[in-house]
Amino acid sequence: MSEHIVSLKVYFTIFLSLMVGTALTVWAGLQDFPGPLNVIVALTIAVIKATLVVLYFMHVRYSSRLIWVVFAAALFWLGILFALTFGDYWTRTWL
Amino acid sequence: MQAPETFETPAAERVNYLNAQYGLKSWLLTKDHKRIGLLYLGSISFFFLIGGLYAMFIRLELLTPQGDFLSSATYNKVFTQHGIIMVFFFLIPSIPATLGNFLVPLMIGAKDLAFPRINLLSWYIYLLGGIITIYALLAGGIDTGWTFYVPYSTTFSNSYVIATGAGIFISGFSSILTGLNFIVTIHTMRAPGMTWFRMPLFIWAHYATSLIMILGTPVIAITILLLAFERLAHVGIFDPANGGDPVLFQHLFWFYSHPAVYIMVLPGMGIISELIANFSRKNIFGYSFVAFSSLAIAVFGFLVWGHHMFVSGQSVYAGMVFSFLSFAVAIPSAVKVFNWTATLYRGSISYDTPMLYALGFIGLFTIGGMTGLFLATLGVNVHTTDTYFVVAHFHYVMVGGTLLAYMGGLHYWWPKITGRMYPEGWGRFSALVVFVGFNLTFLPQFIAGYLGMPRRYHAYPPEFQVFNVLSSAGASILGVGLLIPLIYLIWSMRYGRRAEANPWHLPGLEWRTPSPPPTENFLVTPLVTWEAYEFAPPEELRVIGVFKEDESLENADAVIDGRPT
Amino acid sequence: MAAAVEHEVSHPALQHHFENLEQQREAGTLGMWVFLVTEIMFFGGMFFAYTLYRSKFPDAFASASNHLSLPLGAVNTVVLILSSLTMALAVYCAQVGKRRNLILFLVMTIVLGSAFLGIKAVEYRDKYVDSLIPGRLVPGRPFNPVVAAHGDTDPHKLHLMGSATVKHVEMFYWIYFAMTGMHAIHMIIGVGLLLVLLYFSWRGRYGPEYHNPVEILGLYWHFVDIIWIFLFPLLYLLGRHMLHT
Repeated sequence: MSEHIVSLKVYFTIFLSLMVGTALTVWAGLQDFPGPLNVIVALTIAVIKATLVVLYFMHVRYSSRLIWVVFAAALFWLGILFALTFGDYWTRTWL
Repeated sequence: MQAPETFETPAAERVNYLNAQYGLKSWLLTKDHKRIGLLYLGSISFFFLIGGLYAMFIRLELLTPQGDFLSSATYNKVFTQHGIIMVFFFLIPSIPATLGNFLVPLMIGAKDLAFPRINLLSWYIYLLGGIITIYALLAGGIDTGWTFYVPYSTTFSNSYVIATGAGIFISGFSSILTGLNFIVTIHTMRAPGMTWFRMPLFIWAHYATSLIMILGTPVIAITILLLAFERLAHVGIFDPANGGDPVLFQHLFWFYSHPAVYIMVLPGMGIISELIANFSRKNIFGYSFVAFSSLAIAVFGFLVWGHHMFVSGQSVYAGMVFSFLSFAVAIPSAVKVFNWTATLYRGSISYDTPMLYALGFIGLFTIGGMTGLFLATLGVNVHTTDTYFVVAHFHYVMVGGTLLAYMGGLHYWWPKITGRMYPEGWGRFSALVVFVGFNLTFLPQFIAGYLGMPRRYHAYPPEFQVFNVLSSAGASILGVGLLIPLIYLIWSMRYGRRAEANPWHLPGLEWRTPSPPPTENFLVTPLVTWEAYEFAPPEELRVIGVFKEDESLENADAVIDGRPT
Repeated sequence: MAAAVEHEVSHPALQHHFENLEQQREAGTLGMWVFLVTEIMFFGGMFFAYTLYRSKFPDAFASASNHLSLPLGAVNTVVLILSSLTMALAVYCAQVGKRRNLILFLVMTIVLGSAFLGIKAVEYRDKYVDSLIPGRLVPGRPFNPVVAAHGDTDPHKLHLMGSATVKHVEMFYWIYFAMTGMHAIHMIIGVGLLLVLLYFSWRGRYGPEYHNPVEILGLYWHFVDIIWIFLFPLLYLLGRHMLHT
């Protein structure tokens, strides 16, 4: 069996990190940061939490290159949808 | 070709996937990818006939400039339904679900697809979607155009939008499951020795198609859901009065629907690669270029959807970007056409029916593709959009392209699928009739469209009548040309000459197993040591698992690839 | 050189078209990942709509967001992440062959998932009571002028901030219900599949040699968790900070 068994210690550590992240998200949401920082902070924490889940709970850290590529491709394609469509909306007022 | 007796004898004396089990249950509950491919063949042909019927009504109406045959309301339903049936229930599933399902495992040396039960499920889902859509058609139909643009579809149309949308939504899952199955199968189930670059180009094409199915179909799914909720609840997600944007619908719709046209044409291109190489008896020119071009089309195809929206109110700058990218996406397609042509050069060409379809494809797809470039040009697009120029363009690539490839592939692999040969004379005749009929139908439409005839109109100014009459005449010829194969293919299943394992004497793995194949595809697991289009004398292209002197399977492990040892 | 793979004793779970369990497992895992790609694109469309309309109507979205219950949302986030932990532990137990604990953790995941859905139902009911269901399906203002409920015409209940309008607040709620509703449907399906898995675990089907179904359902469950990890801040925490100014 070539699979890698993630240790319980890792699982609990990640879980605690996720709890900290959640608390941080709530706290940050109640603070009034200047400009767009509220969004940036919230999204950054969310991305970090999601990354931890993907890498450790979903075992991507221990998976084959193919799985990495599959996951990255999905994110890239989502990026295409966002980038090109926003390309329309943001430039409509230019003319 | 000196065929060994046992495995080349008529199929009637040998167990194969067709006669291994009898009875309706053995077909409706089958897990065999070959049987599932045939189930799809039947249902897809059914939907093609319905779509063709709608086409007939369109062409009948357009014989005269007045709207005298159908009312405008009915005509709107007829062209909408022609589009929906043909796009979602014929073109998108056709090649992958019939030929792809049948051949992908055979071509890579696997016993089945990765998920046979999911394969069967995908057929039932397709049927369910189709039945719901047919219900919608019979209950009163839909008149929004196959593109469902808002606000007409959400607010003003009194037709069965949600029911039709539900049918399409459901059949989308069928597409996703097929693509998922192909991707996993190609990654994990290739036979020993079958490296990526020994795979037939048909497989590369289906792999690229599957990528599009996976990445694009979910977006149309959510779009249809949003459309349905908007229509039901009038929330205003696309309604400017509420702050919504109707162009958002178009963005989400075309994000899938443009790549969808590559779902339709890429498998066809895969077939053409097979036909051109094999009927020229020559290795495909630039194998890796053709392989990578399939992937490039899949990727670039996702970057160009805005070219359907040049006049929608989309930003001009976005329009320029989409126009440029649309020119770029033509490049990999052109690479294929050049490579096919270079393959033909100095090849030993035989003009069998599949080759006739393939040659037709190259010419017609080139015309269709190049007219796509005209449409991608911003200035020209303003003049030609919503005219018959667009209609002619997409029929050239979808009918002159995909349909011709489908017919060519069906004939080419017919002996493998059924164990029978089709009548070659009738095959060639129908191919020519199809070619003539097709061009007569759609070439005049380029002219009519360029001169200004709008699409989706049931009445038109009298100066366009001559083009329409030619077009309708062509459509009748095309219809006949497509009906003849229906008859002789069905006839051949019972009365056709029985085919041996490798009637065309070709090196592909699918030809190295009996016709029709046994349920488990191969007598032993193949070990592939040859390249995809490495032609060899017939004696060397034996059924895998057959030993020269001794026909028994006990010695099978001494024979790997069918070559004499 | 032998053509056939060495014939190990065939595991009962080995399907006939695979050469061995390793290939079957690889295929199953890849298949689930490819499916999750489709889910990413599916939710992605809705995330795009959210991003677009939020950028157009920031004040309306912030005002509307304040009506969501932050405590319930936060509790649900904790519940869901905890359920991800129990799911990961269930996979671990299957990998090492601890059947009892596998069953225990599956049960805990089901309970936590159901708790999430229960809290969601409470939230939805609150929205209904406050007449915050968008569109024409449910009568009552502030969104549906067709049928005005008695005494329910006070737009100030919405505590609109800045340039927010009622119509744009309705847009937020539409997106809120669409996204959390889709998410909830996926959770319901997940709980259903967990019940199936629970049954087969109890029957002793999974062990160190064969446990791929547990793994891949884990992938699905974690994915649904990730969607919520993004939904929570994007829907619940838009305008809280503005309340303090």
